[in-house]
Amino acid sequence: MDGETKTVLRVKALSKVYQTGDVVVPALRSVDFQAFAGEFVVILGPSGSGKSTFLNIVGGLDTASSGQVWFGDMELTALDEGGLTRYRRDHVGFVFQFYNLVPSLTARENVQLVTEISRNPMTADDALALVGLSERQNHFPAQLSGGEQQRVAIARAIAKNPGLLLCDEPTGALDSATGVRVLEALAQVNRNMGATTLVITHNAAISEIADRVIRFADGRIAKETVNTARKVPAEVTW
Amino acid sequence: MVISPLRRKVLRDLRRLWAQVLAIALVLAAGVATLILGNGAYSSLTETRARYYDTSRFADVFADVTRAPRALLAEIKAIDGVLDAEARIVKLARPDLPGMAEPGSLLVVSLPDLGGAGINRLYLRQGRMPDPGSHREILLSEGFALAHGLGPGAPLTVIMNGRKTQMLVTGIALSPEFIYALGPGDMMPDPRRFGIAWAPRASLEAAFNLDGAFSNVVLKVLPGVPADRVIADLDRLTARYGGTGATARKDQISHAFLDAELKQLSAMVKVLPPIFLLVAAMLVNMTLSRLVTLEREQIGLFKAIGYSSRAVSVHYLEFVLCISLIGIVIGLVAGAWLGAGLAGMYARFFSFPFLVFTRDPQVYGLAALVAVTSAVGGALRSVGQVARLPPAVAMLPSAPPAFRSRPGRFRPFPGLRQTGVMIARHLCHRPVRTLLSIFGVAMSVAILVASLWSTASINLMVDVTFFRAERQDALIAFATPRPVRAVFAGRSLPGVLVAEPFRTVPARISHRGLSRRVAVTGRPQEPRLSRVLAPDLRPMSMPETGLILSQALSGALGVRPGDRVTVEFLEGARPKVTLPVSGLSIGYVGLGAAIDLSGLNRIMGDGMLVSGLNLMIDSAGQDAFFAAVKAAPRTEFVTLKSMTVTRFRETLAENITVMITVYVSLATIIAVGVVYNFARIALSEQGRELASLRVLGFTRREVSGILMGELAIVVIVAQPLGWAIGYGIASAMVAAFSSDLYRVPFVIGRDVYATASLAVLAAALGSAWLVRGRINRLDMIRVLKTRE
Repeated sequence: MDGETKTVLRVKALSKVYQTGDVVVPALRSVDFQAFAGEFVVILGPSGSGKSTFLNIVGGLDTASSGQVWFGDMELTALDEGGLTRYRRDHVGFVFQFYNLVPSLTARENVQLVTEISRNPMTADDALALVGLSERQNHFPAQLSGGEQQRVAIARAIAKNPGLLLCDEPTGALDSATGVRVLEALAQVNRNMGATTLVITHNAAISEIADRVIRFADGRIAKETVNTARKVPAEVTW
Repeated sequence: MVISPLRRKVLRDLRRLWAQVLAIALVLAAGVATLILGNGAYSSLTETRARYYDTSRFADVFADVTRAPRALLAEIKAIDGVLDAEARIVKLARPDLPGMAEPGSLLVVSLPDLGGAGINRLYLRQGRMPDPGSHREILLSEGFALAHGLGPGAPLTVIMNGRKTQMLVTGIALSPEFIYALGPGDMMPDPRRFGIAWAPRASLEAAFNLDGAFSNVVLKVLPGVPADRVIADLDRLTARYGGTGATARKDQISHAFLDAELKQLSAMVKVLPPIFLLVAAMLVNMTLSRLVTLEREQIGLFKAIGYSSRAVSVHYLEFVLCISLIGIVIGLVAGAWLGAGLAGMYARFFSFPFLVFTRDPQVYGLAALVAVTSAVGGALRSVGQVARLPPAVAMLPSAPPAFRSRPGRFRPFPGLRQTGVMIARHLCHRPVRTLLSIFGVAMSVAILVASLWSTASINLMVDVTFFRAERQDALIAFATPRPVRAVFAGRSLPGVLVAEPFRTVPARISHRGLSRRVAVTGRPQEPRLSRVLAPDLRPMSMPETGLILSQALSGALGVRPGDRVTVEFLEGARPKVTLPVSGLSIGYVGLGAAIDLSGLNRIMGDGMLVSGLNLMIDSAGQDAFFAAVKAAPRTEFVTLKSMTVTRFRETLAENITVMITVYVSLATIIAVGVVYNFARIALSEQGRELASLRVLGFTRREVSGILMGELAIVVIVAQPLGWAIGYGIASAMVAAFSSDLYRVPFVIGRDVYATASLAVLAAALGSAWLVRGRINRLDMIRVLKTRE
């Protein structure tokens, strides 16, 4: 793997506790983690194991109860609400299970939504070309299939040239064949742009395309595996 | 008592959506309140008047004569259709009050010999009736007595026919003839300067040298007999005695002013409540249809577990009925409270012995029924949808909003940022809702435009009437016409700079079957103090021959300049002539006809006479002028312009503050109701999108900017529409108010539109601010984990 020397994301003793009334639920218990430039990391784990909480804090959507998170030299855990917004805007691309496209905007406009507010974006056309959707750019989400919508979401996530691409169950709502196409798009983006990519999934099969696989359990990283031989998405089925 | 689960859900929904529920309920309440207030005040005023007229035997016909023998009364009573008649002495007198510098006047009216019996019976508020044999006892009208702190037992010096007489006030009374007690030449009742005094007939006969004679007669006409026929017969009888033409009740000043007030109330009932009820129906429609969309899966579930379509529909109907119930309760309380306030205002303006504020259950019932109908009407479409929704379909999530580009119909909105495109597409996606919201906000602007314009219009009226046309400082009206040398006498009064004579003669002007009784005023050829203005406000010269008619009069007679009208003068030799209409003048109060003074005197053929003087007074000499007028032996009526204007302005300012507060509150209720509900529904529909944008790195300000942008467009587009609707309502109101008595100039300045828009924008901003907190609290993580 290239560029392993440069650490993009550094997490130290990260904990998160949710409190509702008298009930205290620890979601993360002192997690330590690092991700390197261009690395493709798959995060596995059962529901409630803390993987989504981890991704949310790393993505600047949620705040930690204790511990520290750095993106490069920037300490996320020291940022306020405005700082986190700025961080998401400039550095993070998100892909979600339910796509979260704006229904009133076409594919191209959904991507432009992000390029308009980014410092160093690629063009919307390039981003859509990268996920193979140039032909469908003037369609509204309601006119696209699930897989196509997810690829628009990926194009929207990468159009800002993010340092970090975070995907939460990107294939969760898709059938196997469509899921593979989405994974291909993700892998290609990771390869071409060098964005550090973290993918949460329930689907262990996907871990075969990763550089590294993290397994969460009970709010901790239970196991870490480095893939010596990465498969291409087309070789994966579930 | 066991509350069924669905009913419990209604209560919880009401609590959960309390702000939207309240916003709708308030609009509904405004409709109910204005309906009750308008109808209540209308029926209250009509009923009070009717009952008062009935118990006091208010006359149907009124006529003045110079001097008629009492024997004529028998002939008058014998006129076919006359039920009863009463001959009276009605004369102007002057009170001599040490505490009052400016001259005031008292209208003295004789009491019938029978005391309380007869026509226009008095209502004795305090004290007792004067002794019929006494020459020293009088009753005073309530307003005047209160203004001067005069009660039973108080002495009062009255100058009658040039003689000072020391009188004793025996009581305070009210008369149906002076419910709205307007002094001659005044525009607003001023109880300080004008009052009524009733005295036994014998004492007035002596005071005014009218032994065995009368100067005024009032008639009761048999029900069903047209007053006009009786008037024609009466005029024939009184002509010989200086009769100036009888007037029917509808033209009696006090009655006519009350009528004008009733007309305004009925216009209010026709305009305001329908606006509120319409907007409320629209809000119910918008809110319920969103609620049904959100609860689609629940509706499916209810049906799946065995609730009938009817039961589920009734559930949503109950929700709406609860909203209307809240609105009705607030509206009833507010309506009753405002009604009491309005009744208080009437009590100040109109001298009624009692005020029947009807708490007619029918009025309340009708208001409640109309409110429920409009709310349910607004809910029908959504409730129908609930009934028709098959459970299997309902339990599936609804399809995402289908924004689709049809071939050739794709609109890219060039030049807009994507957030702008979102705003444009959302607004266009639900055009009906967008248009209804625009209409709702426009109505709140319209209410303000339709109410605020009157201020500017009244100011114009004051400006034109008192500063351009009537430029005199004081007006002296003689009790009877005097020779022209009175002008020189007037000019020699202390403080007087200019004296300009005028003569008014009552006349009947007719043209092709239409006729009006007016006062024809003769003025110098180029009047300087009391001018006649053309519609473009240029002063007009008096024509050599011919008449200048006010626009109102020319409209009433259907004549244009160049037409000839028949003028039958009702004084002196009662000449009847045909005169050309040589011009039209502007005028807001009453009907007017102007003529050259010399020309008028030539027609009358009774010498160079004047009825009074318009005076310009040196402000330094004002006190000396007052003193001289008060000391003058002959009875004359003096009007002071500054006091008339001040009184007019004070009264209006008081009413306008109340009026503007009420109308701005009403408009705010609509604006807040519409904007807040629109914002909440838009937020409910787009919350997921907006949260997604926050995830993508949009700031709170940028995200709330999208929703605020939609609101801004709705509110801004509504402004010109609101101005146009307001203009329409105002012009309809002007047409409805216009009568022979009043003619309201219709001017809407830019300031009216600006004020209306600013008030509505402020209300809109306030409601947007309420919603902004919710946008800031959007949960970013939750939306990512849930399917829409």
